[in-house]
Amino acid sequence: MSLVTKSAAELAALLDAREVSSVEVTQAHLDRIAAVDGDVHAFLHLNADALDTASAIDKARAEGAASGLAGVPVAIKDVLCTLDMPSTSGSKILEGWIPPYDATVVARMRAAGLVPLGKTNMDEFAMGSSTEHSAYGNTHNPWDLSRIPGGSGGGSAAAVSAFEAPLALGSDTGGSIRQPAAVTGSVGVKPTYGGVSRYGAIALASSLDQVGPVTRTVLDAGLLHDVIGGHDPHDSTSIPDAWPSFADAARAGQREGAVRGLRVGVVSELAGGEGFQPGVVQRFQEALALLEAQGAEIVEVSAPSFQYAIAAYYLILPAEASSNLAKFDSVRFGLRVTPDGQPTVEDVMSATREAGFGDEVKRRIILGTYALSAGYYDAYYGSAQKVRTLIQRDFDAAFAKVDVLATPSAPTTAFPLGSKVDDPLAMYLNDLTTIPANLAGVPGISLPSGLAPEDGLPVGIQFMAPAREDARLYTVGAALEQLLEAQWGGPLLANAPALA
Amino acid sequence: MSEITPDVVRHLAHLARIGLTDDEVERLTGELGQIVDAVATVRQVATPDVPATSHPIPLGTVTRPDVVGATLTPDEALAGAPERDGDFFKVTSILGEEQ
Repeated sequence: MSLVTKSAAELAALLDAREVSSVEVTQAHLDRIAAVDGDVHAFLHLNADALDTASAIDKARAEGAASGLAGVPVAIKDVLCTLDMPSTSGSKILEGWIPPYDATVVARMRAAGLVPLGKTNMDEFAMGSSTEHSAYGNTHNPWDLSRIPGGSGGGSAAAVSAFEAPLALGSDTGGSIRQPAAVTGSVGVKPTYGGVSRYGAIALASSLDQVGPVTRTVLDAGLLHDVIGGHDPHDSTSIPDAWPSFADAARAGQREGAVRGLRVGVVSELAGGEGFQPGVVQRFQEALALLEAQGAEIVEVSAPSFQYAIAAYYLILPAEASSNLAKFDSVRFGLRVTPDGQPTVEDVMSATREAGFGDEVKRRIILGTYALSAGYYDAYYGSAQKVRTLIQRDFDAAFAKVDVLATPSAPTTAFPLGSKVDDPLAMYLNDLTTIPANLAGVPGISLPSGLAPEDGLPVGIQFMAPAREDARLYTVGAALEQLLEAQWGGPLLANAPALA
Repeated sequence: MSEITPDVVRHLAHLARIGLTDDEVERLTGELGQIVDAVATVRQVATPDVPATSHPIPLGTVTRPDVVGATLTPDEALAGAPERDGDFFKVTSILGEEQ
């Protein structure tokens, strides 16, 4: 267990000091995967070349040509294109598809010497909050194998929380990095929209999608964000500005007095009440009290339009998805199902999409087609875009008064597998607290705030900052993480079941 | 009450090129009706004076210099094709028997 329980920052230090090799670190994680992934099922595909890559990095390090995170293993959500591994986005329609290019974030990780361990499970095309909509089976929460790992990035969150990988990549369209982090006791960051390239991320809703880090510590998230972030000419929505080091921002949070004078806004509409589990609210309030004791100022703010966020999201997302998923047409790549007789190409498309898409994907494509159709466009899609303006105004008004906003990351702890999968509206409510950040493009982080007293399962706290101010999240996140771990006597994940 | 009927679902599925069984049409009619009723709340606050937002961080039109760069070779581009004919993607007939 010893190498796999270390953070990426610790592993990088050991590698730089030549106390361990990347081959040893990578082998330890492959062994851990072999021991526990039969139960967890975080991975869809393992990288057969991982040890060769690790060996090459050991050689480069010996020659002084590798440093930092080089040699540290990483798991990659299957939504990201990889040249050397299948990229299915959790769908049968892309079964076995190997992309002809790497996503920019994958290319940057490789350039930094990170060692890809494999591809992680997810809800099909990132549509879901439980990973139960994957076409390749459920991922299980390492804290309780009968429960969901969150979604859509349940595989990446389960991989880091089960110590199968120190780092992972996720994507977050309405909470798919932050909600899985919350329910697995790990850390996840959705960067500012445009802060990390979307090139090679199989698109769900292009105005909402962001790629980001999934880790066990705030510093590790900052280290990975520094590797994958920054301007990419391949993505026309990529912000061209220079960014500060987010690892440095996390280290600043570990220093004495880091949160003194910090104004933390509590969004009254998302701080508890109907739908929130009492233990989630309790751990949230305790975390705020810890920050206050360190000199942070806790301010209540109101965001009245947030109550319409889920409704707006479930119009905008399906509308964009119905357009983005039109490319899966059986012509250029992916599945082709040819009906009997003399079918036209349209018949082939319909049969292919019938066979290749799961229920949730069909539901959302048809909903999006409806929202965009003549006669309904203004009433639904147009209205949702106006709500988006109102939500941005609420954020602007709040950030005029405070530096960061805080909410619970998810309204409940991990629920049992199967309990919501047949009730789409109930499933959609899991993203109550994470969706506003996507609609406004602002960054958000989730980190563990404890175990809920009623069920002993992890609870997450979310911070949000103004667009382009991701550094604030790393500073306040690292500060709170340090305060909480001092109380707990170590990381929360030290309390997770051993599994193997 | 929502406007979602089985005929509407069949029409939308045709527009989206997704084949559905009668059972799926029936189930989706109920589910989509519920979802549309729930998301229709956006109409309560979307008054004419509120402008629409299509993009969270507007950057304007982004262009790049017109310089030839690395591109996929025909073999790379066709590597995932379900069926190919030389350097073309091959499909069944576009217009049906009368073609």
